[in-house]
Amino acid sequence: MNILLPALSPTMEQGNLVKWLVKEGQQVNSGDILAEIETDKATMELDSPDDGIIQKIIVEEGTENIPVNSPIAVLKVEGEDEDSSSISIVEEKSTKNHANISNDIKSTSVSMSSIFNNQVADDKNWTEIEITMREALNNAIAEEMELDEDVFLLGEEVAEYDGAYKVTQGLLDKFGSKRVLDTPISEHGFTGLAIGAAMAGLKPICEFMTFNFSMQAIDQIINSAAKSLYMSGGEINVPIVFRGPNGAAARVAAQHSQCFVSWYSHIPGLIVVAPSNARDAKGLLKSSIRNPNPVIFLEHELLYKEKANVPSENDFLIPLGKANVINEGSDLTIIGFSMSVHRILSVLPEIQKLGLSPDIIDLRSIKPLDEECIYQSVKKTNRVVIVEDGWGNTSFGSHLSYLIQSNCFDYLDSEIIKVSGKDVPMPYAENLEALALPTKEEILSAVKKVTYKN
Amino acid sequence: MAKKISNSFSNKELLGFYEKMFLIRKFEEKAGQLYGAGKIGGFCHLYIGQEAVVTGILSSIQSEDTVVTSYRDHGHILARGVDPKYVMAELTGRKDGISKGKGGSMHMFSKANRFYGGHGIVGAQVPIGVGLAFAHKYRNEKKISRVYVGDGAMSNGQVFEAFNLASLWSLPVLFIIENNRYGMGTAVNRSAAGKDLYERATVFGVEGEKINGMDFFEVSQAAIRARDHIYENSMPYVIEMDTYRYRGHSMSDPATYRTKNEVNEMKSNDPLISMKNKLMKDFKIKEDEITDIEASIKKQIKEVEKFSLESPLPELNELFTEVYL
Ligand SMILES: Cc1ncc(C[n+]2csc(CCOP(=O)(O)OP(=O)(O)O)c2C)c(N)n1
Ligand SMILES: [Mg+2]
Repeated sequence: MNILLPALSPTMEQGNLVKWLVKEGQQVNSGDILAEIETDKATMELDSPDDGIIQKIIVEEGTENIPVNSPIAVLKVEGEDEDSSSISIVEEKSTKNHANISNDIKSTSVSMSSIFNNQVADDKNWTEIEITMREALNNAIAEEMELDEDVFLLGEEVAEYDGAYKVTQGLLDKFGSKRVLDTPISEHGFTGLAIGAAMAGLKPICEFMTFNFSMQAIDQIINSAAKSLYMSGGEINVPIVFRGPNGAAARVAAQHSQCFVSWYSHIPGLIVVAPSNARDAKGLLKSSIRNPNPVIFLEHELLYKEKANVPSENDFLIPLGKANVINEGSDLTIIGFSMSVHRILSVLPEIQKLGLSPDIIDLRSIKPLDEECIYQSVKKTNRVVIVEDGWGNTSFGSHLSYLIQSNCFDYLDSEIIKVSGKDVPMPYAENLEALALPTKEEILSAVKKVTYKN
Repeated sequence: MAKKISNSFSNKELLGFYEKMFLIRKFEEKAGQLYGAGKIGGFCHLYIGQEAVVTGILSSIQSEDTVVTSYRDHGHILARGVDPKYVMAELTGRKDGISKGKGGSMHMFSKANRFYGGHGIVGAQVPIGVGLAFAHKYRNEKKISRVYVGDGAMSNGQVFEAFNLASLWSLPVLFIIENNRYGMGTAVNRSAAGKDLYERATVFGVEGEKINGMDFFEVSQAAIRARDHIYENSMPYVIEMDTYRYRGHSMSDPATYRTKNEVNEMKSNDPLISMKNKLMKDFKIKEDEITDIEASIKKQIKEVEKFSLESPLPELNELFTEVYL
């Protein structure tokens, strides 16, 4: 049986073999630790998949950048043929289309960076560096904390652990434990505390490990943060940013995969932002931190690793409420935000093959909404497709299509089509998960329908 | 101690509990490997190291009793007697999974085995478990609800509300705090003020204690004490288990928050090894008998693996079923 280098995290592509803890010829039992593997994040232990004898060590210790799933040793298991392997051999039909699905997801993210890098620089000659969205968010927080003593950060695992998704890496070292605080798993409590601190004039950045857990605190967000200014007749404002990953990551199932855009944009008093790329993420987060209102800042875990050219100046801001036309065309308008922008871009080549050139609008801010930008485009193209990852029932996309029909009624040449997530809790199985979210086929068929191409 | 236990359990029964512990260990090792091979996705929280807790509690459970826990649920559903092949097929996201591939690692349930999940939101299972107890009392059933809760979850607000309700309404519930010393990367002393975690329930009038959760016999005795207390007083009870997880929080945990030495020290206290040694020394069970059991479990795990990989993906129409009854 070949022992393969395992993937110890969903993003791991290669690893280093730090140390063998066994020798050739040694008898091992299943579960015994065989070696130490180092990944981009950590050193981990590799355990034996079976009882047997280490017949051969293929990869010497100290070897670096070994691709995941390559053989690193041979384990001789009693009663087993020389070349059979319980893990690698049981390759059955049903996993075949797994690969397709993940390629699909991959390609949606890869196509991004060039488009966002080509975006017209926002009125100034910035010094740009190519960084990931994770780094861009980190820089935004660090810069604002440096500029304003009142800004502080709290949340689960944000400090000593460097953030569950590494967005807050290094901030504890930089700013100390007074300003970067690990909380217990008490969302309702620490959210209320942060809102209180904001009422007293501080500017908290409150991280939810994921927005799913903001539901524990949703009463404080809606009843305390969103309404205080109004209830106090303008006396008490709540300058706070709630941020964290939103929407469906990969295979984390129903309770950890949902989009909160429709939930929070329903609430008067909240600002809602959902960037699709690193550049916007930095500019929008800085604007959000400086904004005197409560801001819901919705990130996406699958976009954290995506890179774009991002200005390194600390006065680079993107205004809230400004959409971005990332592809100019004349035949139809396709509107998205956050991850759905990537889904749209992944079908752009096919749309172009139909001889169509779309305006693609990345909303960036959900509330306030850049209505002017949307209506201008619709009045030009007369046809609209809206793509949202969240559930379609009473959704933000539904509201958007209402706004368009009431403001551009005379300009529309077709019904507006909305492609949303299916009206089901997110399933775990890979094939069902892919189907639950807006698919390429659905976007393409919506495009064909509004342009009468089918 | 050995004597006392031997009064309550035959050697055969004890071997059965050891078999369960060994099954959970080998199942979890296999799950870790399948995750490494890309066959399991998303979050996968292994129970390795904590097996004595769930097996010790099992020794006090009636088949009609109910159980509810968090996302670290593979060991718990196996302990309730669900066939491991359906649990593994859930992890691989296949049609034959216990939740038909729709729930995954964190969301497994079996009504037939009185196992009510499998909950991904920290703390959520605690009021739910109190609700199960409410139903038992409401229907005059002689059942106990057993609720597992992590040390990190013990600082979540709804947990306190649940303790209060359970005591106020005298509900038959046993709270089992699995204090494995960390909630993700946060050591318990960085998340919880005060002394022992179980005292957070005792202030509401729930009696309880803290014990060594790495030893099957200690857990079993405490679990039986708790059961008797609940029967006699019609009141809830709490046990805090001092335990430890040997693996990372989920699969991709850098584990920089604890030292290798600490982990190794805790491994020298392995609940499986200590139970095995006691079975041989105090109960005079022959080593052969134990290794036979181990061999058959290892064989079973191979079949489980095969089953979980050969089961097909769910049919696509499954996406839309079971949203409503
Ligand atoms: C309300 C909520 N907040 C945050 C999370 C993310 N999270 C998942 S497990 C976990 C740590 C829980 O630790 P503990 O209760 O000690 O259980 P253990 O994992 O040690 O079994 C956290 C913070 C969550 N699932 N739910
Ligand atoms: Mg814990």
